[in-house]
Amino acid sequence: MASVEMQPVQPAVSVSHSRLQSMRLSALAGRTAATFVIAIGAVIILIPFLFMISTSLKSKNQLRAVPPPLIPWEATMVEVNGRMEPLFRVTVDGETADGAMVEMALVRNQPGGMGIFVDPQNPAKSVTLKIADQTPVRHIELHPENYVEAMTAVPFPRYFLNTLIVTFVGMAGVLISCTMVAYGFSRFRAPWLNWLFIVLLSTIMLPRQVTLIPVYVLFQRLGWVDTLLPLIVPAFFANAYDVFLLRQFFMTIPLEMDDAAKIDGASPIQTLWHVLVPQAMPVIVTVAIFHFLYAWNDFYEPLIFLHSRDNWTMAVGLQTFNALYSVNTHLIMAASVVMVIPPVLLFFLAQRQFIQGVVISGVKG
Amino acid sequence: MRQIRQSRLTLAQKEDLWAVFFISPWLIGFLIFTAGPMIMSFYFSLTRYNIIDAPIWIGFDNYLRAFGRDALFWHSLRVTLYYGSLALPLGLVAGFSLSMLLNQRVPGVSVWRTIYFLPSVIAGVAVAIVWSRIFSPQVGILNPFLERTFGVKGPGWFTDPNWAIPGLVIMSLWGVGGGVIIYLAGLQGIPTTFYDAAKVDGANAMQRFRYVTLPMMTPVIFYTLVLGLIGAFQYFTEVYVISGGSGGPQRATLFYNLYLYQNAFKFNEMGYASALAWVLFLIVLALTLLVFRSSALWVYYEGEVRKR
Repeated sequence: MASVEMQPVQPAVSVSHSRLQSMRLSALAGRTAATFVIAIGAVIILIPFLFMISTSLKSKNQLRAVPPPLIPWEATMVEVNGRMEPLFRVTVDGETADGAMVEMALVRNQPGGMGIFVDPQNPAKSVTLKIADQTPVRHIELHPENYVEAMTAVPFPRYFLNTLIVTFVGMAGVLISCTMVAYGFSRFRAPWLNWLFIVLLSTIMLPRQVTLIPVYVLFQRLGWVDTLLPLIVPAFFANAYDVFLLRQFFMTIPLEMDDAAKIDGASPIQTLWHVLVPQAMPVIVTVAIFHFLYAWNDFYEPLIFLHSRDNWTMAVGLQTFNALYSVNTHLIMAASVVMVIPPVLLFFLAQRQFIQGVVISGVKG
Repeated sequence: MRQIRQSRLTLAQKEDLWAVFFISPWLIGFLIFTAGPMIMSFYFSLTRYNIIDAPIWIGFDNYLRAFGRDALFWHSLRVTLYYGSLALPLGLVAGFSLSMLLNQRVPGVSVWRTIYFLPSVIAGVAVAIVWSRIFSPQVGILNPFLERTFGVKGPGWFTDPNWAIPGLVIMSLWGVGGGVIIYLAGLQGIPTTFYDAAKVDGANAMQRFRYVTLPMMTPVIFYTLVLGLIGAFQYFTEVYVISGGSGGPQRATLFYNLYLYQNAFKFNEMGYASALAWVLFLIVLALTLLVFRSSALWVYYEGEVRKR
């Protein structure tokens, strides 16, 4: 990305001071309004995350609240005569000075929405009040044990491990093969290479469904279906998208550096490893991150190639868990949180590369 | 003398051998995973094939079946296009407006950018699960919100055939931040001199948007639209999770790609699914070429004026 930085043009001298000030003021107002709209949008974006986390920490009982609060509230209970009763903050006319509230427990419902409230300290003291007018006392109650329950209900640790294997072995494959191929396409000058590069680029447009069925048949003949191999092995044969990205970057590295290494007696492999790779690190990291995201979140291929439940990845395991345990929303949300933690963590650690990668592949692609 | 010439000759050959060595991973992969399977897939598309028995040649009958006899084929195309016709324009307008706002030198741009981009990194199963619960009439938060704020009783969303696609569209808008980053980079690439020149000519904010921003941004808009359209034809994970793979309720979310998957891996109709894959390929190809051709009419490329 060639950065275009221009100095703002100095305003013409003829613009009066007061006009300049009013222009500045309206710009400030515009910016404030823009910030406001952006902030509201940001809150909307964050709500599903909050919903996911808070639901994952609720008990089954808390799930039943209508409408479900974003904060896992739980009604506070007190013991009255050996039974747990819900605590309310009530206003008792005349009893307390200037309408102050006292905490009382609801012990029995009466017809007409009324209820008998007693003082937990002194159960003999009771009043009858309209329940709807009183405020229930509540506190935040978290259930982190949901995570343990979700992780042990189905073999999620196993799925997590499988996903890690697929992601990282595949990442090694992508990085090795794509830097090699990108080097081949950027540093050698044979006419047939140009033709092959056009062929490579045109494969970006090819939907994977076109090749999927014969590839499935091939893996089945090899006995690889229901193993992790179909998800890992193709990564070692480079892909057009990452090769293109890396090649574009290699092209910007001056050939003189290669020549210097060549004169020093370096082989092409050494040149690639010692000259180009260190300089291309930012793009290599970007490719690695994008592969991580792709492999971690991919559902389509694991669904097709993995059949028995011990071989699933997180994506397939989570989908099946969702289908089987659909009433246990709190457990499903806990499992979902576990699945999204690694990509979110990676995003926060490597934000700059992320944004750069999107921009490079988006604008320049 | 002779020796030198010989070694020169082998040097060129050596170079070629090195080139072959470096591109060999892709070359082998291309033959095994792309070229070979493409030929096979076209062959399968002309057969009846259930993966267990040998393929039976039936000529172009699979294609005739799709276009002539299979109502679900047309239905899945309609579902896909309906979704695309809602999600793409809305996503474009939302993403573009947001990036315009973010470009107003608002404080904390990087924080906002991070928040907006966050949904893009977790795309897939978890997103679909969370949204299926947000939309749920039982445990969800959207319908209570609609009822309390607007007094509207929300629909059943993913349980209502009329509302399932709009639900998916809303869900897709949550991921608008991926586009925002691309638009924002595009906006920041527009030289400020263009705006200054427009200001000197007396252009107001609206005119500056119409005659500077929009023409400068058309390549980016065009790119995201083409990708979005191709994406709609490949839409799978979210709708699989939400409908449990069925394309329900009442086939309202039977997207093209889901229908293809069902044929291949549920009904074992590998031949018919191959034909559907080729139709998909032709659609993607045609769309891409069409938009590329027409782009000359309305896309303004920076290179026309300024060389980098």
